Amino acid sequence: MPIEKFIKIQSSAVPLDIENIDTDQIIPARFLKAVERKGFGDNLFRDWRFEKSNKPIKGFPLNDTKYKGQILVGGKNFGSGSSREHAAWALYDYGFKVIVSSFFADIFKGNALNNGLLPVQVTSEELNEIFEAINRLSQATFTVDLVEQTFTIDASNKVIDFEINSYKKECLLNGYDDIDYLLSLKKEIKIFEAT
Amino acid sequence: MSQPTTLFDKIWDNHTVKVIENGPTVLYIDRHYIHEVTSPVAFLGLEKRGLNVVNPQKTTATPDHNIPTQNQHLSIQDALSRNQVLMLMKNCKNHNIPLYGLNHKWQGIVHVIGPELGLTQPGMTIVCGDSHTSTHGAFGCVAFGIGTSEVEMVLATQCIMQLKPKKMRIKIDGVLSKGVTAKDIALYIISQISTSGGTGHFIEYAGSAIEGLTMEGRMTLCNMSIESGARGGLIAPDQTTFDYLMKREFCPQNQKWLDAIAKWAMLKTDEDAIFDKEYLFHARDIEPMITFGTNPGMGTGVTGHIPLTASLAEGERITYEKSLQYMGFNEGDKLQGKSIDYVFVGSCTNGRIEDLREFSHFIKGKKKAENINAWIVPGSKQVEAQAQEEGLLAILEAAGFELRQPGCSACLAMNDDKIPAGKYAVSTSNRNFEGRQGPGARTLLASPLVAAACAISGKITDPREYLN
Repeated sequence: MPIEKFIKIQSSAVPLDIENIDTDQIIPARFLKAVERKGFGDNLFRDWRFEKSNKPIKGFPLNDTKYKGQILVGGKNFGSGSSREHAAWALYDYGFKVIVSSFFADIFKGNALNNGLLPVQVTSEELNEIFEAINRLSQATFTVDLVEQTFTIDASNKVIDFEINSYKKECLLNGYDDIDYLLSLKKEIKIFEAT
Repeated sequence: MSQPTTLFDKIWDNHTVKVIENGPTVLYIDRHYIHEVTSPVAFLGLEKRGLNVVNPQKTTATPDHNIPTQNQHLSIQDALSRNQVLMLMKNCKNHNIPLYGLNHKWQGIVHVIGPELGLTQPGMTIVCGDSHTSTHGAFGCVAFGIGTSEVEMVLATQCIMQLKPKKMRIKIDGVLSKGVTAKDIALYIISQISTSGGTGHFIEYAGSAIEGLTMEGRMTLCNMSIESGARGGLIAPDQTTFDYLMKREFCPQNQKWLDAIAKWAMLKTDEDAIFDKEYLFHARDIEPMITFGTNPGMGTGVTGHIPLTASLAEGERITYEKSLQYMGFNEGDKLQGKSIDYVFVGSCTNGRIEDLREFSHFIKGKKKAENINAWIVPGSKQVEAQAQEEGLLAILEAAGFELRQPGCSACLAMNDDKIPAGKYAVSTSNRNFEGRQGPGARTLLASPLVAAACAISGKITDPREYLN
């Protein structure tokens, strides 16, 4: 499935100042039973977001009306654990386009990029500044520019550069996916197999 | 003379179809395992694009994640789980993919059956939509977990696109003390380097303590590589590897076998090869381990205490306190003697025959503690059959334990095997994340030996108390 193009967004953010947010928290295993890719956003952070009775848990940032936006800011080592792509699907389906953290787990990062969800890795100091900006003003906005590879804290005009692999950047900017590319290599793969 | 290279580089480079400038490698995949949970959307993707599976014989399927571990001969009660298993059957049939379905004599946890059938062989690249694919690195493979989009890539092209990871070597020298197993090595390493210490890297495990491990032990260790954040972990194949694989169903036979092991014996890291990061640990420093928190790095020797919050870096304290609160523990608590409720033995980490042997030999002639609910789940049908043949089943039953049927079970609690909220489970699986074994469940990761000691005493216990 071709991914949605990502070029530039400006949005407020939801802060989740917790380290080691693993993919079991992002989407618990019992919600992996679908055979289609839809509706995972409803169960995003299920057990942190809802009580057993389905009542929203007060104080959890996703339930707090003062926070909204297409950017999720998480603590260090975001997306560790299970390889379930459902984690990226759930975040995207919920409406996030960008995840900011000071460190991402490898498989999650790959899955996110394959789904048009942009992982923005910043230093731990920069991460603190971002959390502080949201603390000061819950609706503080940020601008994420993929072409320039910059994340800007709009209030202070602080510009943070971020890294992204140039191939992956092209894919996101143009909405290409890896399968299309691999299919175009059919001949080369056949030759490789024969040797 | 060519540059000395690592075993990882040799296998990776040997499978490189193309390198995109400043981008990922197009990596050829020799063996692809699939299961019912992470494959349906990949097949749906193929359908939407009108594609076929390019090389169905290089993929092997088995249901494991969501299946019940009791009454497998009956239809699966949970409609969603049943549907996923039926979808797997349908997809495999439509695309001619070999499937070892429920009640097949080779069914089991995908990472248990691959090696057991000899489908996993040294020098291969292996992927599966499951992070514990790192298990297969025990055979000297570049094996790692992938997402569903990548499952679709492999089905469609037999290739995936991957940035080449950095290389790390972890050496463990010396001899393991009595009561210390591969699981303890894994938990020890993660407690030392943290759950993100391996991120961005592929690990090679080496040193005399590693060479001394059985294949089952090596699989346990490589399995847990992902819990340190690493893409995978591998161990150079040797005689132990060849002895394990000889005469396995899908391994080469006769002259082809001799040719294969001659080739496999060459799979080694060259002397002087350079790693991006190296660690050296000593076997004598490793105790039987147990975790007390909500990530696998929060572990300590079973005789230890829960570290004080003040001993952590300031930025880590909030997460640490949240974790202890979830577990119902206090900083400074002694772990030994804490009462527990459940014991789970199984999973792709510790559900192999040797694990059941260790557990059974330990509990032989003893009785399960009254307060303990125990779930002993073999990793595969073949493990189940062997446990029966070796008399382990009889030992377990005499001590008040029952053997369930193969599957992932309480490791991730997708089926009915859920630890109730607030209850403590000593588990031989791989993750102690919040809710991993059921909403509100509290998991303490440990080896089958520690689990056995806990099952007998009903509380956290050092197995060495019984071994002398």
